[in-house]
Amino acid sequence: MIRVENLSRSFGALQAVAPTDLHIRRQQTTVIMGGSGSGKTTLLRLLAGLEQPTSGHIWFDGEHDLATLPARILYRLRLRMGMVFQYSALLNSLNVYDNVAFPLHEHTDLDEVVIRTMVTMKLEQVGMRGFEHLMPSQLSGGMAKRVAFARALIADPDLVFFDEPTSGLDPIAAGVVSTLIQQLTQKTQMTSVVVTHDVHAGLNIADWVILLWQGKIIATGTADDIRHSSDERVQQFIEGRPDGPIPFSRCDTLYPDVLLEGGAR
Amino acid sequence: MNQFFGALGRWALLSLQRTGDATMLGSNASAMLFMRPWQGRHIVQQIYALGVGSLIIIAITGAFTGMVLALQGYYMLAKFGSESLLGSAIALSIIRELGPVLGAFMMIGRAGSSITAEIGIMRVTEQLDALQMMAINPKARIIMPRIIATILALPLLIAMFDVVGLAAGYVIGVELLGVNSGAFIGEMITKVEMKDLNIGWIKAMGFGCLIGIICTWYGYRAEPTTEGVAKATTQAVVLSSVSVLILDYIITSFFL
Ligand SMILES: Nc1ncnc2c1ncn2[C@@H]1O[C@H](COP(=O)(O)OP(=O)(O)OP(=O)(O)O)[C@@H](O)[C@H]1O
Ligand SMILES: [Mg+2]
Repeated sequence: MIRVENLSRSFGALQAVAPTDLHIRRQQTTVIMGGSGSGKTTLLRLLAGLEQPTSGHIWFDGEHDLATLPARILYRLRLRMGMVFQYSALLNSLNVYDNVAFPLHEHTDLDEVVIRTMVTMKLEQVGMRGFEHLMPSQLSGGMAKRVAFARALIADPDLVFFDEPTSGLDPIAAGVVSTLIQQLTQKTQMTSVVVTHDVHAGLNIADWVILLWQGKIIATGTADDIRHSSDERVQQFIEGRPDGPIPFSRCDTLYPDVLLEGGAR
Repeated sequence: MNQFFGALGRWALLSLQRTGDATMLGSNASAMLFMRPWQGRHIVQQIYALGVGSLIIIAITGAFTGMVLALQGYYMLAKFGSESLLGSAIALSIIRELGPVLGAFMMIGRAGSSITAEIGIMRVTEQLDALQMMAINPKARIIMPRIIATILALPLLIAMFDVVGLAAGYVIGVELLGVNSGAFIGEMITKVEMKDLNIGWIKAMGFGCLIGIICTWYGYRAEPTTEGVAKATTQAVVLSSVSVLILDYIITSFFL
């Protein structure tokens, strides 16, 4: 579905995504994992065409390069995409119902009765039925996340990007959402790209895993490949060990040195 | 000395670049007025939100401007024994200068700042990105209706400012200070020409256009942090006010 060649993105001197090649396969769940600040969100935004790459190409359906595509065509492709943002990004001025119905109101001529049925169905799936009239400011983080989930799926997109779909959710809600992603990908035509640092849930639903560290891909493979990887860094990450080749702090200066200098930079 | 000119040069380049960017965004977005899908409903909504919201403050400003002009004008004209000119003095000041400029200032404070803050917050909370992902172009949906709304709403608000201002001037001049009612109105009608009315609405539309473009641009390009939005709002208000005064001078000098 998406093939990425030599893609990179820098913010000033900081390289958030190092030159990368990868492949998002149709009707599979691709899980991108990695620590905080490893460039997961940046990579996802690049794949969605929200961020301009510093270099490289993002081939969508093998014919459109999202890096150079005219806005008009990009917007047409986005009719087939959905996205759950890390911090939900619900429209503040609309209540829960109108937020979820928004893509339908904008792009279809469906009868309001039909829309109401579809919205109710999607809200029921994420356990948010009965909250239709609330405004986004009245929702908790986890509730907003689930509404955003319903909104991303309302128009039956072919390709959905999930940025931390389960973070901020209680274990039950997280389980429901994970299962839903897995089922939708297996039973419908949907392709999912999931960013997460929940190793357990990530490996469970993944058809293909991409492990990032400091903007570079350090491992790819099926969930089993990753579980049985001999790479020390991969093992450290999935077991969550504090000690290993991945340092916890990314600062160049040594902590004791800083203390000895009396904290003076 | 070198350092000073270096800084001045960098500042000039940056301002030029920003002006270019804002002009691009403004014209880009405005061009979407003629594209499908038609955003009429959102333009009307914005005119309502920006215009009706500013009605009361504009009326109050207009009334007090007219009243103070009557007092001050009477004081000055009385020295030359020409109190009968009061009507035309008030009318020309309000229609040509004070209406457009003060009306624009009120619009900047009331509506311009909220445009910048609103768009800036949509940027911080990724709502602009979310719109893009739902195949809605924020330039067509958020930027354009606000620019068009300020261009259309400001002339209407200023017309109201003028009417209220003249009426208040009449009340103070005729009822309180005892200027002859016939002279007041007669002077007003004979001295105010078509040219003076034209300059009024040309200024109003020009100011509306400036305010719309500056305030939406600052919001759209705001640094996506809380301080970023606060800074953008302040800068938008300051820059729009200064630009209004400069454009005011330019237009007035053309129509002298
Ligand atoms: N707009 C930006 N401007 C400057 N630097 C940025 C910007 N966005 C991201 N970065 C930097 O890029 C790096 C990667 O950020 P990114 O948000 O992609 O991380 P992440 O993997 O999603 O982290 P998390 O798991 O905490 O969400 C970070 O070091 C961050 O500081
Ligand atoms: Mg992230």
